[in-house]
Amino acid sequence: MSTAPALVATQASIRETRIHLLELGRTHPRVILAGSLVLLLFLIALLAPFISPHDPIAVNADNAYLPPLSPSHLLGTDELGRDLFSRVLWGARVSLPVAFVAVAVGLVAGGVIGLISGYFGGVIDLLLMRLVDALLAFPALILAIAIVAALGPDLRNAMIAIGIVAIPVYARLVRALVLQLKQVEFIAATRSLGATPLRLIVRHMIPNLLNPIIVQVSLSAGFAILAEATLSFLGLGAQVPTPDWGQMINSGATFLANDPWLAIVPGAAISVTVFSFNLLGDSLRDALDPRLRS
Amino acid sequence: MHLLELDDVHTNLTLKAGVVRAVDGVSFHIDAGETLGIVGESGSGKSMTALSIMRLLPSSGRITSGAIRFKGRDMTGLSEDEMEDIRGTEIAMIFQDPMSSLNPVYRTGWQVGEPLQIHRGVNARASIAAAIALFKKVGIPDAEKRVAQYPHVFSGGMSQRAMIAMGLTTSPSLLIADEPTTALDVTIQAQILELLRNLNRDSGMATILITHNLGVVAGICDRVIVMYAGRVVEQGRTEDVFAHPEHPYTWSLLRSIPRLDADEREPLKPIEGLPPDMMRLPSGCKFGPRCPFAIKRCAEEEPELLLVRDQLARCWVTQAGTSLRESADAG
Repeated sequence: MSTAPALVATQASIRETRIHLLELGRTHPRVILAGSLVLLLFLIALLAPFISPHDPIAVNADNAYLPPLSPSHLLGTDELGRDLFSRVLWGARVSLPVAFVAVAVGLVAGGVIGLISGYFGGVIDLLLMRLVDALLAFPALILAIAIVAALGPDLRNAMIAIGIVAIPVYARLVRALVLQLKQVEFIAATRSLGATPLRLIVRHMIPNLLNPIIVQVSLSAGFAILAEATLSFLGLGAQVPTPDWGQMINSGATFLANDPWLAIVPGAAISVTVFSFNLLGDSLRDALDPRLRS
Repeated sequence: MHLLELDDVHTNLTLKAGVVRAVDGVSFHIDAGETLGIVGESGSGKSMTALSIMRLLPSSGRITSGAIRFKGRDMTGLSEDEMEDIRGTEIAMIFQDPMSSLNPVYRTGWQVGEPLQIHRGVNARASIAAAIALFKKVGIPDAEKRVAQYPHVFSGGMSQRAMIAMGLTTSPSLLIADEPTTALDVTIQAQILELLRNLNRDSGMATILITHNLGVVAGICDRVIVMYAGRVVEQGRTEDVFAHPEHPYTWSLLRSIPRLDADEREPLKPIEGLPPDMMRLPSGCKFGPRCPFAIKRCAEEEPELLLVRDQLARCWVTQAGTSLRESADAG
């Protein structure tokens, strides 16, 4: 009995899987498009200090209210003469990490609740789900605002608040998936081989939950960005002078009549970002849905 | 000492609508190397009997009384941890739908070798090597290539072979096969049954084969148990039960099989009536209301499982010495 042929075969098959991924891109070009957009946004956030033409918080009163396409200020300047293009690039460094952390909070907390609820059922399920229902009873943004108001307005608390608001979505999604999985015979088959509940959940259930969760993560990242901008717009998120899209809209709104680009530019940045994440989520859902797979 | 012995096992399902006595006083045994068939229609308690042995009952199910002795040790009192050690090492189980019995996210070789990882602390590499040997044993061609494939590439017959391989990984002394061929094409069914019979002969492993297909039983079982409404109604050597059934239910089952050599104008002979509502079982013999031979006593008193000719049967009529065939011909 030799393992060598098995390993060779295993590697051959991994290569096949990569080709499948490429094929996915060919059959679902929207995934590649949306994925590239999201990747681009992350690169902007990462490289903002190197690619911004100006310091995003350097005040220059002589250059205030420059319109877009002015020389050396591609998107113009704001009321304090700060370069809008640089501020928008730096704004990605605030929004994306917030979205990332908030989604992680929601996913981990909601996922654990959903797994426990779905796997064990009974009274535990009942209690946890009523807790989730209570969270769900509040409109998402109102709840986030209330949590930040209670914790104090800053970016870290905004992340926590948005994360808590995302919990019910993941808890319900994971619970539903686990309930479905429990009925599938391979779970019974694995139990009949003597697998412990922990092994069953970690090795056999969680890998089967990944596809729908990836989709939900992309979709709720879009929501998180929007929620963060809303909180910052209301002064409950990023604080002055941090360059933040929501807060830029807030200060730009004052000048909407004469210098509308002060609000339009960060607004467009939010729109493009949310659109990219939603497009990624939607296209992944189509691509990963086994019923639609040819 | 028998390999496995069930002694008056009762399993209840507590549902919202009430309590179902899914397994109601079942006793039987099986010895090493034997193949035992359990036959019955859906809801007769045959799968619940198997799940009771494995202690894999749904959360509503509980063994309320009786003993399940495996190698002399009563398993009903064991902790979940102790059961996890027995499952997959001493007793393995394979299920009806092979296509959904394999986890779609893992390569088949990894899964088939998984019991070795769970019970013997073997690493993934070595367990895959073991899986290759097992794939060869259950007749999967190109085993080296097949272990690296995902389950969706496998056909139904191939998946069932893989499942059987998985059951054999730790050389269990008892294999419980719950409708292993029901979801397969007829030609594949024969191959799988042939495989089970050969494995049984070569390894001395005992097999409990749960099925509603009498042909399957006739093909490979040494002994057969017929279940109805959670009870054993007839039990004996396969040739005895098939040659002269001593319970009207078995008799009706055998008679209901369509025959190619029958006169084509002769109508098919289904069993009259419907399976009983497990929440509201009739008094007396549970088959009584559907039984063409029923006498007055059948509705009043439930018969015991007693020796009638060469087998055990739970029927007042045959226990009184009446031959089912003769009285059917007469009536």
